[in-house]
Amino acid sequence: MSAPLLVVNGLVKHYRSGGFLSPAAPPVRAVDGVSFEIGRGETLGLVGESGCGKSSVGRTLLRLQEPTSGSATLDGVEIFTMQPDALRAMRRRMQMIFQDPYGSLNPRMRIGDAIAEGIRIHRLATGAAVGERVSALLAEVGLDAGYATRYPHEFSGGQRQRIGIARALAVEPALIVCDEPVSALDVSVQAQVLNLLADLQAQRGLSYLFIAHDLAVVRQIAQRIAVMYLGRIVESGPVDAVLAEPRHPYTVALRSAVPEPDPTRHGGRIVLAGDPPSPASPPPGCPFHTRCFHPSRSERCRTERPELRAVGAQLVACHYAEITPLVEVAT
Amino acid sequence: MTPLLEVRDLSVTFPTSRGTIRPVDGLSFTLERGQTLALVGESGSGKSLTGLAILRLVPPPGAIAPASVVRLGDHVLTDLDERAMRAVRGGRIGMVFQDPMTSLNPVFTAGAQIAEAVRAHRRMSGREARARATALLEEVGIPDPVRRLDDYPHQLSGGMRQRVMIAIALAAEPELLIADEPTTALDVTVQAQILELLDGLRSRRGMSVLLITHDLGVVAGRADHVAVMYAGQIVESAPTDRLFAAPAHPYTQGLFASIPKLEGQRGRLTPIQGVVPPPDAWPDGCRFAPRCAFRFEKSEEPPPLLPAGPAHLARCWLHAEGRP
Repeated sequence: MSAPLLVVNGLVKHYRSGGFLSPAAPPVRAVDGVSFEIGRGETLGLVGESGCGKSSVGRTLLRLQEPTSGSATLDGVEIFTMQPDALRAMRRRMQMIFQDPYGSLNPRMRIGDAIAEGIRIHRLATGAAVGERVSALLAEVGLDAGYATRYPHEFSGGQRQRIGIARALAVEPALIVCDEPVSALDVSVQAQVLNLLADLQAQRGLSYLFIAHDLAVVRQIAQRIAVMYLGRIVESGPVDAVLAEPRHPYTVALRSAVPEPDPTRHGGRIVLAGDPPSPASPPPGCPFHTRCFHPSRSERCRTERPELRAVGAQLVACHYAEITPLVEVAT
Repeated sequence: MTPLLEVRDLSVTFPTSRGTIRPVDGLSFTLERGQTLALVGESGSGKSLTGLAILRLVPPPGAIAPASVVRLGDHVLTDLDERAMRAVRGGRIGMVFQDPMTSLNPVFTAGAQIAEAVRAHRRMSGREARARATALLEEVGIPDPVRRLDDYPHQLSGGMRQRVMIAIALAAEPELLIADEPTTALDVTVQAQILELLDGLRSRRGMSVLLITHDLGVVAGRADHVAVMYAGQIVESAPTDRLFAAPAHPYTQGLFASIPKLEGQRGRLTPIQGVVPPPDAWPDGCRFAPRCAFRFEKSEEPPPLLPAGPAHLARCWLHAEGRP
């Protein structure tokens, strides 16, 4: 087996909260010790609700934000200590696409120029060859090559996301961080973009870190899944195993809360009480204990934080992961 | 028994530089007392504008076409003067919108805003209104309601804000609740809480709910009846179980094929080709025809809603008589 493309170890990202008037406020622990690997040609789905830290993971990997601590290597080279030259070369290998492609495209730049920007910066082509590459990229993402002279506002949401993908592909990356790339799209368009991402992966051997809140979307695109809660991964493993037999109570609840278009599947829905605690003051012990419904939960959950450990086919951070009466509740 | 809400031939027109468009075009449906009707569609289908038109809140220069009739109980809303209509809004009809942060006033407490809604429709003292606000917060499942009364919107989570919005909508004990994408901005675990809450309120109060959503998953098991909208029209209408078991319109079938599933075989999705055309480019015949895999000569003519099963209608020539 070849070495993984990306290895992330103990990634921590804290944001200073408060401000001038309350300098002593505790930091927001957005990412609090996250580790995972992504193989070549593989998709890891990183799932969680708003505020769980999943987007911060993606942004720190590209050094759009500086991590507080931890390490991450791409092709075996440490990302977090890279100097500007190395960083620029790294961003040729790792690109990002965003939820709102409109916000990530310069409204006054023709989309052909937006796509060509990376090609020029990295000197991947010169002169007329640049235009040829742009045309080929537009065709690859299912857009007419003639669109190169148009501006972002002339496109629909789905088309803009295709432009964002073409722009990321322009520098021939090995890994693309996809941050909620389909959640702003209508379902019929969402399916088109998911198919496109799968096709590109098959043709180019791309790896994706696919950040999303929608479990069904992640199941469609990813081979492995990691579920985040309050800045930590609480469960990870092959997507089929985790969704067929979730072992962390949060994964069980998340899975059962997904509104599925099937009126027959409605008994035993688990509705979690309350909201997730604030990442500025995470509870002691297990971060999920304030909302947990596991029948075996105990005093230990309130004091001792469970670490990820292998249970079945997956890694689970729960003291009682071996006991899974939860699945029966959920079905 | 007559239905609580009857919408007949509802159209909304907007003047544009290239002529008048009709983003809502000849909508008819009914909603029984104590039932939930889901209006489902993608962006640009006209579903939200329909909700606004029922409340006569279409933003100018848009207007409700003269032939439109909206009847609530024994009142024809489309004939009421503005003053009478104001009593209906927030009175007999409560409203909940997608984004509670923009619907709540940031400089007033949750309690003050609920009390204002209570007193807008019934005379009572400030003390009584506050007690009523507390009871409403309790009813929508907010823990420690007395303390929450004095919270400002920014101090509440997204789910809590939506609960406050629902409390405001319930203040005058409406017969009909119009909920436009009430859970779209919320996380799934919170979304599940809010959907349970709406369903509980409907059955406890015998209220009717018009649920406007883009998410067929939200509709499953929650609505009694579903109307699917495409390009300003209802293209399919059926009891919920029937719609999910046997969708009859190629558009509805395409929506189902586009949705990734949590269970079963994991295969390639089969999306609907192309995108929804803008209202000034809707075809004269079947509006879905350009994207439809089953289109045929007859699609050049506009199809009416045709019977496709018990209480089931589809705007598609495939269901015309004499066809298999």
